[in-house]
Amino acid sequence: MTEEVKLMKGNEAIAHAAVRCGADGYFGYPITPQSEIMETLMELKPWETTGMVVLQAESEVAAINMVYGGAGTGKAVMTSSSSPGVSLKQEGISYIAGAELPCLIVNVMRGGPGLGTIQPSQADYFQAVKGGGHGDYRLITLAPASVQEMADFVALGFDLAFKYCNPAMILADGIIGQMMEKVVLPPFRPRRTEEEIRTQMPWAVQGKTAGRKRNVITSLELEPAKMEENNIRFQTKYKEIEKAEVRYEEIGCEDADYLIIAFGSMARICQKTIEMARAEGLKIGLLRPITLWPFPTDIISSYADKVKGMISVELNAGQMVEDVRLAVNGRVKVEHFGRLGGIVPTPDEVLDAIKQKLL
Amino acid sequence: MDINEIIKPENLVYDKPRLMNDNPMHYCPGCSHGVIHKLIAEVIDEMGMEEKTIGIAPVGCAVFAYNYIDIDWEEAAHGRAPAIATAIKRLNPEKMVFTYQGDGDLAAIGTAETIHACNRGENIVIVFVNNAIYGMTGGQMAPTTLEGMVTATCPYGRDVELNGYPLKISNLVAQLDGTCYVTRQSVHTAAAVKKAKKALRQAFENSMNKKGASLVEFVSTCNSGWKMSPDAANKWMEEHMFAKYPLGDLKNV
Repeated sequence: MTEEVKLMKGNEAIAHAAVRCGADGYFGYPITPQSEIMETLMELKPWETTGMVVLQAESEVAAINMVYGGAGTGKAVMTSSSSPGVSLKQEGISYIAGAELPCLIVNVMRGGPGLGTIQPSQADYFQAVKGGGHGDYRLITLAPASVQEMADFVALGFDLAFKYCNPAMILADGIIGQMMEKVVLPPFRPRRTEEEIRTQMPWAVQGKTAGRKRNVITSLELEPAKMEENNIRFQTKYKEIEKAEVRYEEIGCEDADYLIIAFGSMARICQKTIEMARAEGLKIGLLRPITLWPFPTDIISSYADKVKGMISVELNAGQMVEDVRLAVNGRVKVEHFGRLGGIVPTPDEVLDAIKQKLL
Repeated sequence: MDINEIIKPENLVYDKPRLMNDNPMHYCPGCSHGVIHKLIAEVIDEMGMEEKTIGIAPVGCAVFAYNYIDIDWEEAAHGRAPAIATAIKRLNPEKMVFTYQGDGDLAAIGTAETIHACNRGENIVIVFVNNAIYGMTGGQMAPTTLEGMVTATCPYGRDVELNGYPLKISNLVAQLDGTCYVTRQSVHTAAAVKKAKKALRQAFENSMNKKGASLVEFVSTCNSGWKMSPDAANKWMEEHMFAKYPLGDLKNV
């Protein structure tokens, strides 16, 4: 079987993967640097092939609520946006988490705060992994570092979302969204049939058929004892996810004296940094969290006694570094290096920072 | 005549709708919501659409609508019901989808969703209960509060200099090419209830005939919020509300 290799942008890969993995619906609103996702979907016209619905909503707020509505009927639905737009979606994400609905949200991050810039950034790390919306909830967060992962994480995101009845997010940035790379598009898998939805998602709102009680999708419960029960059920689920779904990649970690922790586009840059360092005889490794929540706490912790120092390299003022520090709990020095506001550092700039801060 | 001779199925003139369940209602005595719920339950049943109907409940007094009408429901965030209905209907075109919303939900926080769902011509029904006040939160000013009307946040009466004008959102929605049927009804008399039921039936049929969006406004009372007896509230509604929001079809194509 010959692989279907294409050259495309990360944003375009998301769109192609969505159609191929059997998504039922996409609802979005244009915003740079991710508008190619909806543009590509509209060009693909999947409603004529797989039957997937694609709709341009009147706002990000409407789009995320369309996702809530569709998810409540047991359909595989998604939305995408960039930082300011994802801020607008936070209320909806909280409702989706509270109603325990599966869905996929893509954030192709740009610099903030406010309207900020259209240039790449990783400054929405806190928003994605620490809550974002109101209430005690967690968002499964996948950080792609290549166009290939943009394509692959669509199916993975949906699978995790449906496995745990929880929203999942692909947290990319303007670099991964806009850069072109070769990509092997995932194989086609059919959309779920109505019958499959009925049997696999018995909670889905599909019309109350004879012999079952009515299904109600809601996050509302005014009785505190019951609301606490709901919250405990969420927390139990989150613990399960933390146990089973941590994903990361290790590059040159086994003999490393120093460890870089970086995700997404910054991890790609740091791959070059560790090559340059090793050419100079500096043994630096790269640990790349793939899931930002659940965070690869245990593996980072295990390196605390093996390396002389760690540095979290991020396109922000220091967000993931807090989780790295929590993981090692003071057992090893943890520094941060970041550029802000849409500036992307070069590999040698990162190496200079390591030399200055760690050596 | 013995009472047992009267209680016979053939003598039955009124029955609780089959799709209304036995949960005690939280609505205030005299409130219009109960009657409107009943009409919706009857229409769904009479159309034989129980297994295909999905309702979207709002934030507001009708937040617990899903506790009373025995069908599948989704509970919306404040104002977002038309967006939710849009997706449900587009993903499940064979289903009958309606939203149930109050004036604050539909005409203040959710204005954008209302206008755009209607303008896209979504094949949904919007049931709009306009009682000119925020009932659930304790009687604050609504977008439809009448000029001079006293509420908790306009205690000296709605002043248009300060608060702008009462919003006739149904008139606005009727201007949109995506709507096929926009009507204003009430449920304060037996005759009005009968007419209102006919309007609901037409709206639901429109949605299944893919005619576009239908909006049925119910000009209603909130006797608790208005601080009146149910009877006085009905009279006040006839005199003041109907003057601003006259009953009848605004659009029927």
